[in-house]
Amino acid sequence: MLAWTLYLSFGAAVASFASARCCPAVARWIALLGSVGGLVLGIVGALALPAGGGLNTLVQVPWIPWLHAEYHLAADGISVVLVWLTGLAATAGVLFSWNVRHRAGEFFGWYLVLVGAVYGVFLSWDLLLLFVFYEIAIVPKYFLIAIWGSTRREYGAMKLALYSFAGSAAVLVGLVAAYALGGATSFNLSTLAALPVAESMQPGLFALVFVGFAVLAGLWPFHTWAPTGHVAAPTAASMMLAGVIMKLGAYGCLRVAMTLFPAGLAPWAGIFGALAGIGILWGAVVALRQTDFKFVIGYSSVSHMGFVLLGLASATTLGLTGAVMQMFSHGVIAGLLFAVVGRMVYDRCHTRNLDELSGFGLARTLPWVAVTFVIAALASMGLPGFSGFVAELQVLTGSWNRFPGWVVIAGVGLIAGVAYTLRAIQRVFFSGESEKAGSAPAHELEPVSLPEKLGTVLLVAATLAVGLYPRLLLDWILPALQTPLFAELRRRAGG
Amino acid sequence: MTPVDYLELALTFGTELVLLVTLGLVLFLDLRGGLGSTLAVRSQRGATLTAVGLILAGGVLLAFPPVADAPAGSFVLTQTTLWLKLALLGLSLTSVLLLAGSEVTEHVGEFCALFLLATEGLLLMVGAENLLMLFVALELSSLSLYALTALNRRHPDASEAALKYFLIGSTAAAGTLFGLSLLYGLTGTLQFSLLAARVSAQTGDPLLWVALALTLAGFAFKVAAVPFHTWAPDVYQVAPGPAAALVASGSKLAGFLVLLRLLHGGLGPIPGTASGFPFQSGWIPAVALLAVASMAVGNLAALAQTRVRRLLAWSAIAQAGYALVGILGSTADATLAVQYFAFTYGLAVVGLFGVLEALAAAGESDEISSLTGLWRRSPLLAVCFTTFVLSLAGIPPLAGFLGKFFLFVAALKRGHPLDHLWLVAVALGFSVVSLYYYLKLLKPVLVTDPAPEARPLPVPGLLALTLVVLAGAVLVLGIFPTLLLGAGTQ
Repeated sequence: MLAWTLYLSFGAAVASFASARCCPAVARWIALLGSVGGLVLGIVGALALPAGGGLNTLVQVPWIPWLHAEYHLAADGISVVLVWLTGLAATAGVLFSWNVRHRAGEFFGWYLVLVGAVYGVFLSWDLLLLFVFYEIAIVPKYFLIAIWGSTRREYGAMKLALYSFAGSAAVLVGLVAAYALGGATSFNLSTLAALPVAESMQPGLFALVFVGFAVLAGLWPFHTWAPTGHVAAPTAASMMLAGVIMKLGAYGCLRVAMTLFPAGLAPWAGIFGALAGIGILWGAVVALRQTDFKFVIGYSSVSHMGFVLLGLASATTLGLTGAVMQMFSHGVIAGLLFAVVGRMVYDRCHTRNLDELSGFGLARTLPWVAVTFVIAALASMGLPGFSGFVAELQVLTGSWNRFPGWVVIAGVGLIAGVAYTLRAIQRVFFSGESEKAGSAPAHELEPVSLPEKLGTVLLVAATLAVGLYPRLLLDWILPALQTPLFAELRRRAGG
Repeated sequence: MTPVDYLELALTFGTELVLLVTLGLVLFLDLRGGLGSTLAVRSQRGATLTAVGLILAGGVLLAFPPVADAPAGSFVLTQTTLWLKLALLGLSLTSVLLLAGSEVTEHVGEFCALFLLATEGLLLMVGAENLLMLFVALELSSLSLYALTALNRRHPDASEAALKYFLIGSTAAAGTLFGLSLLYGLTGTLQFSLLAARVSAQTGDPLLWVALALTLAGFAFKVAAVPFHTWAPDVYQVAPGPAAALVASGSKLAGFLVLLRLLHGGLGPIPGTASGFPFQSGWIPAVALLAVASMAVGNLAALAQTRVRRLLAWSAIAQAGYALVGILGSTADATLAVQYFAFTYGLAVVGLFGVLEALAAAGESDEISSLTGLWRRSPLLAVCFTTFVLSLAGIPPLAGFLGKFFLFVAALKRGHPLDHLWLVAVALGFSVVSLYYYLKLLKPVLVTDPAPEARPLPVPGLLALTLVVLAGAVLVLGIFPTLLLGAGTQ
C-alpha cells in the first residue's frame, strides 16, 4: 500500500496538468486529494507492514534484465519516517498554496511530480531506480521556482538545478563504479552493500557519493544554492525544498554512501564532521545578519541540516538516530517557518524586509500568524517538548565521543540560533508597534484563511507529537538501523 | 558460380525495391499532378505517398524477412540488422511526415525521391558485409543528403551549407576509401568476417594504424564527431526540417552502428586500451579521444548559441561524444546501448525539428527568443518540445536518461571496471554543463509570458499526431526500455 503513495502523486500530477486548460480551479483540489491521500496511505501502509521497522519489500519485478536492474520498492523504518514527513509537508504545502491562481494547473502538476519523485526516492531499494527518482525531482524544482518564484527567481532556479545535477552526476559516477566493481550483477542495495568493494577504493568512492548527495543536504561549502533557492521559491516549493528535498540528500548519504562504502567513512569522518560543525555555526551567524525575513529562515535551514550531517558523520547508532529524527523534525519546522514567511506574511505585506515588517505591527493585526511563528521559533530553537530538542540532543550526545570540538561549535551555533530567531520574532512581530500603531490598519490585511489554519495545526501537531512522544519515530528508526544493511557500519562504529 | 535466382534476389531486397518503386511513383505523380496544385497540397501528397512507401517497406521486411546471406556474400541480415532497418524506416517515416503541408521546398517530387534514396542508402549501409558495399551505401546516403540540404527556399544560404557539407563529406569519404583500400591491401579481403582474423596477423604494420585513422575519419564525419563536425551547425540551421531530421536521426543511427560493427568486427583484434597514460595504441584510445573532444567542444560551444537549430547541432556533436563512449563497451553491451541511445535520441531530435517546422511555418525566426510564451501559444508544441529537450538533457523517466546510462555502463563493463571510469566522469561532468543550455531552451517555452501581440500557433493535424507519437515513444521507451531492447536481443 505504501507504494501507492507515489502512484497516487504521479496520477494526481497528470490530472492536475490536464486540468490546466479546462478547469485550473480544480487543480488545488486534485493536489489536496493527492497529498492527503499520500499522507493517509503512508500512515496506514506503514502500520500494515509485516516487518515493522525492518526491511519490507513492497514490489520487486524485473525492469531491465540486461543490467539486472529491478523495479524494487521497499521500506524500512527510516523510509517510513521520511514518507510520513513527505506526506505532511506535501499536504501542508498545498494548504498554504491555496491562493495560487497563476497557472494553477501547472503549478500543482509540477508540485505533485516533485512529491511523487520524493516518495520514489524514499521507497526505492534498487539503486538505479532510486537515482531515477532523485533526478526526476530536479526539473520540477526548476520550473516551480522560475515560474512562480520571487526574488531573483531565474538565478535561484538555475543555480539550484545545476547544483543538484552536478551532485547527482558525482553520485552516478560512484554508483556505476560500485555496480561495475560488484560484477555488474545487481543494483539491489542489499546485494551491493554485501559485496565488498576493495577497501583501498572505498574512501574515494565514498567521498564522491557522499558529497554528491550532501550537496542537496546543504553541506557547507556546497550549501549556497539553498538560501537563494529557498528565497526565490514560492511558498509550497520552499516548504518542499527545505522540508523534504534537503532530506533527500541526507537520506542518500545515509542509505547509499554509508552502506555501500562503510570503510570509506572513517578517513573522512573528521572532515565531514568539521564541515557539518562549520555549517551549523556559519548558517546561524549569517542568519543573524540578514535583513530579508526569508533569508533568515533559509540560512537557518543550512544550520539545522548541519546537525543531520554531524549525526551521520558520527556513525554511532545514537548519532544516526538523531540524524533521522532531525530530518523529520527540521522538515516539519522549516515547512512551518517558510509557510509563515512566504504565505502568511509576504503574501499579505508584500515585503520581507525585517525593518519594513516591523511597521505592520503583525502581533496585533495578525495574532494567529504571530503565535504560529513563535511556536515554530520555539521548536526551531530546540525547546524541550518539540521534536527539534529530541533530535538535536541525540545528535550532540551521539557525536560527543567522536568530535567533541565540533559538538561545542554546534552548541555555539545553537545559541546563535536562539539569537537570530529571537531577533526575527522581535523585529517582525513585536517592534515598532507602539509608535506606528495606526499606520497599517488591520482591515487592509487579508485575515488568515481556513487552509492556512489547517496547515498550521497539522505541522504544529506533528512537531509536538514527536517532541512529547519520541518513540513515535524511534520505534521505527531503531529497528531499521539494526538491519543487515547497516551491519558493517555498526561493526566499524564499534557496536 | 550459381546462376542468379532473380525471384530470390527480389525477395531478399524486397524492402529496398519497395522504396525504389515509391521513388519512381512520387517523382512521376508530382510531375503530373503538381502543375495545378498549391505547394502545400503537393507536399502533403508527396509526404503521404513517401510515408506509405516506407510503411510498406517495413511491412515487407517483417513479412518476408530475407534469409541470412552466406558469410561470403555482400549483405547479411541478422536480428540486429533487421532491428536496425526497422528503426531506420521508423525514423525516416517520422521525418518525412514533417514535410506534409510544408512549403519549405518547391521541388517536392525531387525532395521525396532524394529522401527515399538517402533512406535506401542507410538501409544498405547497415546490412553491408563487404567493405566496398559499405562504402557505396555510405556514399549513396551522403550524396542524397547533400542535395536535400540545398532544397530549402526559405534560406538563401542553403546551397552554401550544402556545399560545405559536400566538401567536408567528400574529403572524409576519400579518407575512408583510402583507409579501406589500405585495409584491403594489408589483409587481402573485403569481408568483415574474414577481416578480423587477418588483421590480428598484421598488428605490427604501421600502415594498419594509417588505415584505422583514415577509416575512422569518414565515420566521424557521418556522426559529426569533433574534429569532423564543422558541417553540422550550418546544415542543421538551413536544411529543410525533414532533411535535417534525417541527418540528425537516421543517418547517425546507421553511422554509429556501422562504425561499431567495423571496430568490433573487423578491427576487433586491435582494441588497445585507454585506461591510463600512455594509451596502448588501437581503436579504443582513438575513439576515446574523439569522444572527449566531441563532448568538450559540443557542450561548450552550445552554451554560446542564440539560435535553436545551431544549438541543437552543437548538442548533437556532444551527444555523438557520449555515443562514442558507449562504443568502447564489449560488442554485445555496446550494440544494445548504442542502438537504444541512437534510436531514442533520433526520436527526440525528429520531434524537435517538427516543433521548429511548425514555428517556421508560422513565420517565426530561428532565435531562441521566438520560442517565448509557447506554453500559451500552443500548449501541445510546448509539452512536446519540453519532452524532447528533457530527453536530450538526460532527465528520467525520458528515454534520453537510460540511453546515456546504458552507454556509460557498457563502457564500464569492458575490462577492469575502473578502466573507463575517467571517461564516464568526463561525460557526466559535461552533461551537467549541458543542462544549462537545455534549460535555457526551456525557459522561454514554459516560463516567459508571450508578447501581447503573439497569437496562438496552429499545428496541422498530421504534424500534431507525429509529435504526440514521438513524445509518447520517448516517454514509454524511457520507462519500459525492454520494449526496444527486447527486440534487439532476441
